[in-house]
Amino acid sequence: MDKKNRTYIRVAILGVLLAALVFAVYTSFVKDPNAVKVGKEAPNFSLEQLNGPAVTLSDFRGKGVILNFWGTWCEPCKKEMPDLQKQYEAYKDKGLVILGVNIGESPVTVEPFTKQFGITFPILMDKQSEITKLYRIVPIPSTFFIDPDGKVQEIFLGPLNEDMITQKVAKILPK
Amino acid sequence: MDQIKCECGHANPVGTMLCESCGRPLELEIKGEASFPDMRYEGMARRSQTYSRTIIDRIWNYFSSVKVAIGIIVIILVASAIGTVFPQQQYIPVPVPTEPDVARFYTETYGKLGTIYYTLGFHNMYSSWWYVTLLVALGTSLVICSLDRVIPLYKALSKPRVNQHKSFLKGQKFYGEAELPAETDSAALVEAASAALRKKGYRIFQNDQAMMAEKGRFSRWGPYINHIGLIIFLLGVLLRNVPGFYLDEFVWVREGQTIAIPDTPYYVKNVQYHTEYWKEEEMAQELDLKGGAVVKSYQTDAILYLNKNADLPGANPDLVEIKSGPIIVNHPMEHEGLALYQTGVQEMQLGALNFVLVDKKAGNKEIGPIKLDLYNVPAEQQVADGVKVRVLDYFPDFVMGKDGKPATQTNLPKNPMFALEVVSEADNASEKLVYLSGSIITEKDDSRYTLEIKMPDLIDISGLMVRKDKAVPLIYFGSFIFMIGVAMGFFWQHRRIWLQFHGTRVMLAGHTNKNWYGLKQEAGAMIEQAKLPIAIEDKSKA
Repeated sequence: MDKKNRTYIRVAILGVLLAALVFAVYTSFVKDPNAVKVGKEAPNFSLEQLNGPAVTLSDFRGKGVILNFWGTWCEPCKKEMPDLQKQYEAYKDKGLVILGVNIGESPVTVEPFTKQFGITFPILMDKQSEITKLYRIVPIPSTFFIDPDGKVQEIFLGPLNEDMITQKVAKILPK
Repeated sequence: MDQIKCECGHANPVGTMLCESCGRPLELEIKGEASFPDMRYEGMARRSQTYSRTIIDRIWNYFSSVKVAIGIIVIILVASAIGTVFPQQQYIPVPVPTEPDVARFYTETYGKLGTIYYTLGFHNMYSSWWYVTLLVALGTSLVICSLDRVIPLYKALSKPRVNQHKSFLKGQKFYGEAELPAETDSAALVEAASAALRKKGYRIFQNDQAMMAEKGRFSRWGPYINHIGLIIFLLGVLLRNVPGFYLDEFVWVREGQTIAIPDTPYYVKNVQYHTEYWKEEEMAQELDLKGGAVVKSYQTDAILYLNKNADLPGANPDLVEIKSGPIIVNHPMEHEGLALYQTGVQEMQLGALNFVLVDKKAGNKEIGPIKLDLYNVPAEQQVADGVKVRVLDYFPDFVMGKDGKPATQTNLPKNPMFALEVVSEADNASEKLVYLSGSIITEKDDSRYTLEIKMPDLIDISGLMVRKDKAVPLIYFGSFIFMIGVAMGFFWQHRRIWLQFHGTRVMLAGHTNKNWYGLKQEAGAMIEQAKLPIAIEDKSKA
């Protein structure tokens, strides 16, 4: 074997090994390839409303969407509800949609709760917590800000207040 | 000049220790018998040790070093051991929803060392970038070390040479020579020696004046075969990270519930759960269990469905039954590499509350039964003609909130509280009732209606582990190849015996990579059978 050939073979073998390294390191950083990420498209889904027909996330293309995961047992969720409602009223005519995904509760639990807080934005019932798992929700409230192209602009864990919502909504309102 | 010319005229590449053609030791300083080259690679040049001109050569040569390989292995071993000192993040026994919670867990549980452990990232060691880099480095070292040694070795062994140079024979640990009477028929002796060794299973290469006998050459490939096995094994481990190759999920399924298995298009239904206990007469000896019982089996009767409408999560599933049957510990339900294992159970959980509506004003007359399914609460139900019960509010895990209002702690029905309204259409009246912790609270003291509490429906909730690991066959295959390699290298030896006649002198040498005793036995038998007057000089300690 002459030296040139040997170099080519070495380059080829080292190249394959380098590819393996890149792959291994990449997958070690991206532990969950299905996780929802900022800049990526929000996974589409369809859920029934508390008092209404099923809605599909992709139906809201062209609008800014706040996707809020909550439950009646969660104190911080209770705290942010009035602020979400207030901002919904302020921005719904400018192209904002708020979808409140309730995690696995009965309508008889959710309905009195939404009445108590005067919620008018759509409440989606994730009966089997399927969408909650799809979005890898751990702490609640968790809120996703989705732009008119369906891309996630921001993920916020924990309760929001009015100012924070105003500031984040500005990023997702249609122009 | 990148060649060394041997006295026999053959041009060897730099780094060669024994001439490729005649076997003469090449480097002057190693011509002494005591420092005869190691026979492991047959004295062939490992080019990686001599050429390092380009960056490619340098990287190659670095990984070609066995010292480097051992270094990598030691680092991996030490790191792996450190990773077991405190639990890895996924095995933390309490919920740690956010990163600060994780940090707090290590600090609070293990003190200063825990903080250091967390800060250095050891809590996620086995999937950290540097750990997988080490694994790939080990793979690289395996590939390059093997290639660099197996190729020259193969070249050397595939051309068995009968006429090795005298110095090659003299250099062997197993060597003997003698002066023969002038009239000796050397060709006949070669023939006799060959015949003796052929019977022992040796392959014979011979001419009139010399012979080389060889057996078990394939055992020299053992280490390389087991390296191939290790590389396949590592590839299998790497493949687990390819989407779709590996899945490890856990779902709780209530009796009667059909639930989606996360990240798959499958649904599973828990038809019924059942724990079986050993009966007393089944036990081998009498045990005083003090009223306890020993579990014989945990079993979920399940149905696996495929959702044909899986493209849109959350949409109404279009389920097709795939399989049904029992899931017992160690006997999972399997379908196309997906396995559902019985791993947990919560028995006797509240499923539904049962009541009978009683009219106190009509002499405690029973009006009709009420069932409140805690997982699917009916908003309204007809109890009897003209009497309805409405659910006004439901708190599955009741607690009195800080604001003095009722609230729920979780979405699980651990302590259900109901606010009900009984509506009587006949007299157009309604009355409110509250159920909480086994008691009924009525709106007024002299209320008309009350509820008689009946035995609630109890259900079992089965915990199923869902696993998929498509890399397992590859990992087993790698391990199998590894074992073949180990067996080849362990249980067979590469034995060679050279016999040469130079005029009236006879020279005999032998080499084996292990089990010198076996070689001596076979060589001794040959000397006896062929009646060779040689005394063996044994330089081996084995």
